[in-house]
Amino acid sequence: MDALELARIQFGTTTVYHFFFVPLSIGLAPLVAIFHTQYVRTGEERYRRLAKFWGKIFLVVFAMGVVTGIVQEFQFGMNWSAYSWFVGDIFGAPLALEGLLAFFLESTFLGLWIFGWDRLHPKLHVATIWLVVLGTHVSAYFILAANSWMQHPVGYTIDRITGQARLDDFVAVLTNPYLVGQFSHTILASWATGAFLVLGISGYYLFRQREVEVFRSSARTAVALAVLASIGVAFVGHEQAQHLTDAQPMKIAAAEALWETEAGAPLSLFAIGDVQDRRNIVDIGLPRGLAILATNTLDGEVQGINDLQAAYAEEYGEASYIPVVGVTYWSFRIMVGAGLAMIALSLFGLVTSLRGHIADHDRRFNRWWLWLLPWAIALPFLANTAGWILTEMGRQPWVVYGLLRTEDGVSGAVGTGYVATSLLGFTAIYGVLMVVTIGLIVRQVRTGPPEPVEGEELDDDHRTFAPLGAY
Amino acid sequence: MEWVNLQTLWFALIAVLFIGYFVLEGFDFGVGILSRFLASDDTDRRVMINTIGPVWDGNEVWIITAGGAMFAAFPLWYATVFSSFYLPLFLILLALIVRGVSFEFRGKRSDDRWRWWWDQAIFWGSLLPALLWGVALANFVQGIPIADNGLYVGTLWDLLSPYALLGGVASLSMFTLHGAMYLALKTEEGGVIAERAHALALWLGLVVAAGVIAFLGWTYLNALAVGDTGVVPGIIPVSAMLAAVAAPILVRERLHGWAFAATTAMIALVVLTLFLNLYPRLLVSSIDPAFDITVSNARASDLTLTIMTWAAIVFLPIVLAYQSWTYWVFRHRISRASVEAPSDTPMQVLERRLARHRARGQERDT
Ligand code: HDD
Ligand code: HEM
Ligand code: HEM
Repeated sequence: MDALELARIQFGTTTVYHFFFVPLSIGLAPLVAIFHTQYVRTGEERYRRLAKFWGKIFLVVFAMGVVTGIVQEFQFGMNWSAYSWFVGDIFGAPLALEGLLAFFLESTFLGLWIFGWDRLHPKLHVATIWLVVLGTHVSAYFILAANSWMQHPVGYTIDRITGQARLDDFVAVLTNPYLVGQFSHTILASWATGAFLVLGISGYYLFRQREVEVFRSSARTAVALAVLASIGVAFVGHEQAQHLTDAQPMKIAAAEALWETEAGAPLSLFAIGDVQDRRNIVDIGLPRGLAILATNTLDGEVQGINDLQAAYAEEYGEASYIPVVGVTYWSFRIMVGAGLAMIALSLFGLVTSLRGHIADHDRRFNRWWLWLLPWAIALPFLANTAGWILTEMGRQPWVVYGLLRTEDGVSGAVGTGYVATSLLGFTAIYGVLMVVTIGLIVRQVRTGPPEPVEGEELDDDHRTFAPLGAY
Repeated sequence: MEWVNLQTLWFALIAVLFIGYFVLEGFDFGVGILSRFLASDDTDRRVMINTIGPVWDGNEVWIITAGGAMFAAFPLWYATVFSSFYLPLFLILLALIVRGVSFEFRGKRSDDRWRWWWDQAIFWGSLLPALLWGVALANFVQGIPIADNGLYVGTLWDLLSPYALLGGVASLSMFTLHGAMYLALKTEEGGVIAERAHALALWLGLVVAAGVIAFLGWTYLNALAVGDTGVVPGIIPVSAMLAAVAAPILVRERLHGWAFAATTAMIALVVLTLFLNLYPRLLVSSIDPAFDITVSNARASDLTLTIMTWAAIVFLPIVLAYQSWTYWVFRHRISRASVEAPSDTPMQVLERRLARHRARGQERDT
């Protein structure tokens, strides 16, 4: 293996790993903030316990998000210096703004939230967690602006002397049509991830009928968010697929294993392909499904891989422009499959929640549902990972679509040994930390929410409790 | 923005970000290193960790933003630095990873083995970057073997010259002293930790003063040798040395607040000296000055720099305001008693509330 391949493996693994924690941070923060706000507004004990319980899990996740994020930022320069040099004029600004506008906000106010329980006025204190929520979303916006530019470059010119990309129109970069879809899809996916974690753990408690009062509350809140987010993410994903038909037709064609251009193409449900001969051996499809998905019409035309390959070869020179079809095809199916399962589970929850027996484990269907929920925590993680693999691998061989090939982006001066060392090092430490993190979360779940404090009226000044997580 | 020289402005702003990082995270690193030497038991260690608890993450963002600013303002600089210093940066990353999670994870279980591991992570995770950042910065100034277009052609050993290593020792000792002064200010007055920090600073201050003088002196000789002294020598490196000498004297007088101000000034001025010596270069090539990376051959476009300038003008003051406010909110000293209370038993919450209630009653009575 050469440095290029190792660098790609390293980027893929460390980023997927970062993105285990990112959507949880983005999705859990608002839920913690909601519980905390409810507590400050009503003074009800169960909300205090919920804010503390979910807050502790959130902090573990957030810490992992922070330390893995730093690796991401340094890695661009370490392994992809040619790429960094090429895109820096455009790409650097969102990254710097992310630090200035988002990371400072998140980390400073999270410190205030963790240590501020006894020091800040309750209303001011609850504002700090909302600022953390804001920070996570702003940070997602800027980094995705950078990623969207790689998927669909806008607002730039190529410097004729140096060959670098030069910024031409920053507003165009920040309002990239690709970004609209990517940002909303990713944020809704993150909310779904947070909601399903809360739902899964609440289900675990309700199935065992422990702490019913507390976890009924969190289950109801999480169901509402899960319905909104999982239906939303599917809608936006559909929009994004349509946008892709224009922006990156090859990605959609590969995601559908559609070799030949077709009008009224079916939506493939299961295919076994023959990549050598560029055709499918088995393909079971939903008639006209793809045409509807991609163009919203029954007989819209969707371009196939073979035609696109020919067109690209003409435009950019002889080479393969076909991503790994098997990976793109199946990652798309995993994501959509997980998404449909999430919609079904959350809609069932909405019904029982509205009927008022969400916590009732004597009803047969409800009991199955509660039993299923902890397992369903895996669904959004599957979908997130599959989604990014589709997005990033489906873009290959480009790292910046149409402008820079991945093989031309890698650092010239960095030897295979170095990349192998860092790859092994990060993998080892990430592996250990994953075990530790899951262990800590499981432990937190087993321990349960903090004991209730009873028999006291709380006035405004007293609505505080001992420092949470003071180290 | 034709009225300012954007590339110089961004050079200056990046210097500010680095200074902010070293001044703030400097004492974090110091506290992390000293947690091994000044604590007599677990409670002491917790006191020390809690002095930086609310702020360390915000401090770390200074380097993240500095990295982003390098990327945006001088893409070639970012690309070259990060790929040339590959292994040191890899070690720094590993250190920052384990250190970052250890603050959060350490207290999550109460068995000794568990804590012992995270204590190791805090110690090594603070020591390594404290040393390696100094090595890296010294290399910027002294030069590393980079060829055309920022291609690094050296080996790991080229990064470990005696001058660079002295830079590393200087930064390590400066941060440790800075951390000791921070602890003297942030832990119980007259308490065991504050007193030990004081005693340590008495002799460590002398080491630091010697180290800073030697390092800046060498920097000056290096600059002379290539006939380019930049703004060195001058008032700034001399003030840095004076601050370094002042620190142990102020400690002896038990003026800990002033001593902390002196270590702050010392770190800021040393970093400033290096940046001034560097300008207008960003990274010196030891092969040929023609390969130097400079503010003019690495800079981004006017448009990018202008946008970033406006963002910095608007948001940097806001960041400074809320970070300062955080330090104000957590200005109190931390004592053993304040961490010993296992947080949140119902009785304690009740007792605290009762105490407050009574205090208020008394206020009303008098
Ligand atoms: C959609 C959202 C998203 C995506 C695609 C990424 N991140 Fe991230 N990142 C976040 C959303 C986020 C966050 C929610 O803001 C985090 C996660 C948890 C946290 O602490 O902040 C974070 C943390 C985080 C940090 C630490 C911030 C701190 O100290 O507070 C850095 C330096 C980065 N990220 C950098 C990156 C880079 C260079 C990425 C590109 C590969 C990247 N992130 C992908
Ligand atoms: C956090 C979510 C993300 C995930 C899970 C992810 C995943 C991946 C994966 C799996 C690859 C490897 C593709 C391949 O080699 O075939 C890759 C490549 C890459 N991604 Fe992402 N990505 C994410 C976000 C981003 C963002 C936000 C950026 C830029 C701002 C980015 C920049 C890159 C670059 C530069 C590569 C090139 C390396 C390569 O092609 O292997 N990624 N990503
Ligand atoms: C159910 C219907 C869904 C559809 C039709 C859909 C569609 C898509 C498409 C077309 C992409 C590729 C976009 C690109 O290349 O830029 C994508 C990416 C992605 N999907 Fe989905 N998706 C669905 C569900 C989900 C779910 C349930 C999740 C997670 C909870 C999810 C998470 C992601 C992520 C994280 C990405 C990468 C980021 C991005 O490019 O937007 N998706 N999705």
